[in-house]
Amino acid sequence: MNRRTVITGMGWITPLGHDIESAWARLRKGDSGIAKTTIFDAGTFPTQFAAEVKGFDLKAFLGDDYETHKDVSRQAGFALAAAKMAWKDAGLDAAADLDKTRVGVYLGGGEGPIDFHNFTTAAVEGWNYEENHLDTKRWADVAYERLQRVMEAEQEPNMAAGHMARLFGVEGPNFNTLTACAASTQAIGEAMNLIRRGDADGMISGGCHSMIHPFGTTGFNRLTALSTRNDSPSTSSRPFDRTRDGFVLGEGAGMVILEELSHAKARGAKILGEIVGYGSTADAFRITDIHEDGRGGIAAMRTAMEDAGLRPEDIHYISAHGTSTVENDKIETLAIKGVFGEQAKNVPVSSIKSMLGHLIAAAGSCELITCVLAIRDGIIPPTMNYANPDPLCDLDYVPNEPRKADVKTCLSNSFGFGGQNNTLAVTAFRE
Amino acid sequence: MKKHRVVITGLGVASPLGLGITETFDGLVEKRCGLERLKAFDPSHFSSRIAGEVEIGKVQNYVPKGYRKATKVMARDIVLAVVASYHAVKDAGLKTKCIVDRGEADGLPDVDSTRFGANIGAGLICADLGELAGALATAAQRPDATGDRGFSLAKWGNEGMTNLTPLWLLKFLPNMLACHVTIVHDCQAPSNTITCGEASSHLAVGEAFRTIERGAASVCICGGAESKINPMSLARQSLMGRLAANGDSDPTQASRPFDTSRTGMVISEGGGLMILEAMEHAQRRGARIYGEIVGFGAAASATHWMNPAPDGRALSLAISKALADADVSPDKVDLVNAFGVGTKEHDIAEAAGIRKVFGDHTATVPVLATKGSLGNNGAGSGAIDLAVTSMAMHRGVIPPSLNTEAVDPACGLNVVCRDPIDCRADVALSVASAMCGGQTAALVIRRYQA
Repeated sequence: MNRRTVITGMGWITPLGHDIESAWARLRKGDSGIAKTTIFDAGTFPTQFAAEVKGFDLKAFLGDDYETHKDVSRQAGFALAAAKMAWKDAGLDAAADLDKTRVGVYLGGGEGPIDFHNFTTAAVEGWNYEENHLDTKRWADVAYERLQRVMEAEQEPNMAAGHMARLFGVEGPNFNTLTACAASTQAIGEAMNLIRRGDADGMISGGCHSMIHPFGTTGFNRLTALSTRNDSPSTSSRPFDRTRDGFVLGEGAGMVILEELSHAKARGAKILGEIVGYGSTADAFRITDIHEDGRGGIAAMRTAMEDAGLRPEDIHYISAHGTSTVENDKIETLAIKGVFGEQAKNVPVSSIKSMLGHLIAAAGSCELITCVLAIRDGIIPPTMNYANPDPLCDLDYVPNEPRKADVKTCLSNSFGFGGQNNTLAVTAFRE
Repeated sequence: MKKHRVVITGLGVASPLGLGITETFDGLVEKRCGLERLKAFDPSHFSSRIAGEVEIGKVQNYVPKGYRKATKVMARDIVLAVVASYHAVKDAGLKTKCIVDRGEADGLPDVDSTRFGANIGAGLICADLGELAGALATAAQRPDATGDRGFSLAKWGNEGMTNLTPLWLLKFLPNMLACHVTIVHDCQAPSNTITCGEASSHLAVGEAFRTIERGAASVCICGGAESKINPMSLARQSLMGRLAANGDSDPTQASRPFDTSRTGMVISEGGGLMILEAMEHAQRRGARIYGEIVGFGAAASATHWMNPAPDGRALSLAISKALADADVSPDKVDLVNAFGVGTKEHDIAEAAGIRKVFGDHTATVPVLATKGSLGNNGAGSGAIDLAVTSMAMHRGVIPPSLNTEAVDPACGLNVVCRDPIDCRADVALSVASAMCGGQTAALVIRRYQA
C-alpha cells in the first residue's frame, strides 16, 4: 500500500513579508528584500547589506503561548511563527481528534546567534596579549559573570523543533537536520519518507535560520562567498548573470504541514500539493568546491525524478538553488543539462534568491512553498537582476518578469557547502 | 515494497578509553575510567575541572595523503568523526578510498560509492576559542588595559576578521563531520546530519537504517561525534547546573549513572560510527555481522524542551514504537542500554520511561550504562553506546556500570554493576534522550540469524 504525502498547510516569515500571500505577491512583482544591514553595524564589513526580516512580532503569532516561548532565539521565533501559520492554514487548530503521537517534526533548523556582546567581551578580556594565548581563568571569570543560561541553551540547533513539540503538543518523531544550505529541503524529503513508511501521519517540516550577525557575515566574507555590491544592495543578488559576485545573506523560516493522503482526506483538509519524489546525495569531493561535473546535483535530481516516476518532459519548472555565486550557478546549470539533455533549454529555471537573498537552512523550504504557489496560480516567479548573459549559464532563467505558465510539476534544488545535494519533486494534487 | 534487512558490520569508536571498539569495550569490562582532571586547557576557574578526553595522535594519519591539508580546517568534533570512521570501515573490511590510499585494501571487494551513504549526528560545534579570541583581541579598543578593554565591531569589520583563516566558518558547520567523512571514504549516496544533542546518534543510525531498508543505499556509515572539551561548552553545561560536584579529589568516581549518590554529569568527547549494510550486500562480501537492526522509534517531549518530564513519557513512546517496529514484546528484550548520564532528574525521567514500557520485566532485564567510564560524549555518546551494545551481544559479556554502587530506588533499574555478566541476549534495546530539545530515540538490535 503506497502512502502518499500531501501538503495541507504552509507558512513563512521572509524578508518580503510575514504571510504567504503578501510575500508571494512581492515575489511575483520582482521586489527585493535586500537592503543595508540594520541588525548590527556592518559599516566596515566587506558586505554591508542583507535580506532581513523586518518588524517581526512573535507575540502576534503565538498569542497566549508567547510567554512560554518568549526566550527563543531569533531564528526559532521565525520557525514557531511560520509553523503556527502553517498549522492554522491546514485547519489543524480545529482538528478535534488528532493523534498527536502520530504527528512529528522534521526541521532544518540553524543554530541560534551567539550572545555577541558578552561572548566578545569574555574573549577580549580573557586574551593574554603578552603571551598571545587565551587565559582560560580570566575568560571563565568574565564568562560566568556574563553568559546567561537560557540564551546559551537556546542556541542549540534542535531547540526550535523542541519548542514546536510543546507549542502544538506533538509527540511524534522529532528531528533537526543541519546540512547547511540544503537543510530544509532535506528535512521535507526525509519527513516525506517517514510518512510514506508509516512512522507518522503528519509532519511539521521546513527550516529556519538567521546568520545575519557579525560572525555569520564574517564567516561568509572570509570565504568570499558574499556579494560586496554595497552601492546597490537591491540588485546585488543576480543569479546566472555574468556579473554575479556572490550570494546575499537572508533570514527567515518556511514551514509546511505534510500529511498522509487518507489522513488529510478523512478530516476534509484542503490539499495544496503533493511531494512525490526526493533525492539526496553527497559530492564526496571537496568541502570548498562543488564537483566540476555537477555529479552530485545530477544524481540528486535524477533520484528525485526516479522516486516520483517522472521523466524530463514532465517537469514544468525548476526552482534553482541559484545562489548568485560564480561556481554554484555555473555547475547547477551544467547539472540541469546533465539531467535534461536537449530539453534543458525548454524548462524554465528561476531563483527567488534574486529577491529574497539566501535564507541558508530555510532557503529550500521557502522555495518549495514558492513551487506550490507557482502551481496554484500558474505563475513562475522571475530571476531578477538578470542583465548580462553568461555563456556558461545558458538556460531559460525567466529573467526579470514573472511568467504565466501551466505548471503542474516542479523540482526544487538545494545544494549545501561540503557537497550536500537535495532535490524535491512536487506536483499539483490529482486523485 | 520489499524492505531490506539491515545488519551491523563495522564498529568504530574514539572514546576516552581508547581508539577502536576493542579498546573501549575492554576498558569498560575491566572497569577503567576515562575521566580525569581536564588537560586541554586550565580549568581551575570553572565549576567543574574534570573531563573525558580522547588521545588521538595525528588525524593526518587517518586520511588519504592528498587530503592531509584539509585536516587544518577540522574542528575537534570533525577529527573525532574522521578517526572513528577509519576504525569503522577498517573493522567492517570495507574497501573505501581511504583504505585504498593507505595500501590496506588487499583482498577486499570493491564498494559502489554511489550506493554508500552517510548519516552522522553532530553537536553545536564550538569555535576554537584560542583561535577566535586571538583574532577578536586584535579588535579591542584598549588592548593595554587590564580590564574593560572594549571590543570594536568597526575594527573587526575593517581588519580584525582578516586574522581568521579564509575557511574559518567551515570548521564549525555541523554537516562538516559528514562532509569530511564522505570525502575521505568516497560515500556519494544519501547524506544527512542530525543535530539533536545526545539523541543525535540514535536518530542518525535510525535514519540510516531506514535509508537502507527502503533501498536508497546499500551501505551507510552512521553515528555521531562531539567534543565538549572547550571553555565555551564547559561554561554552558556549568550554567545549566548539570555537572557533577566534587570531582577534584577523584575524577574516576564523579560520574555515577543511576547511583543514589550521583550529582551530575562529566563533560567528555567522543565519536562513534557504525557500518550498516543491507543483509544481502553483507552476505555477498562475506562480512562479519555483529547483529541486525530491527526496530527504530523516535518521539519528543511535548511538556518542555529543557526540563525532563519526571514520567519519561517521550522516551516510553520512542521505546514502544521501536519495539512495535521490531515486532518484539517488551518481555522478549534481554538487554537495555540506557543513556544514564548521571544527573538526578535525567536518570529518574529515563528510568521512568523504561519502567513504563517494561513493567515487571524491569526488575530482571539487565541495564548497561557506560557514562561512569566515558562521561557525556554529546552527539557521539549514542553511537558509542550502540557499538558497545553490539559488542556485548557479539562477545557475550555485559560490562558493568562504573560507580553504580547502590541503584537509586527512584530509578529502580537492574543496572549491571560491580562485575561483568554473561550476555546471552537475543534482543537488545538502546535508548537516548537530548538533554536540550526533548528529542528521544530507541533502537532494537537482534542477534543475527540468516
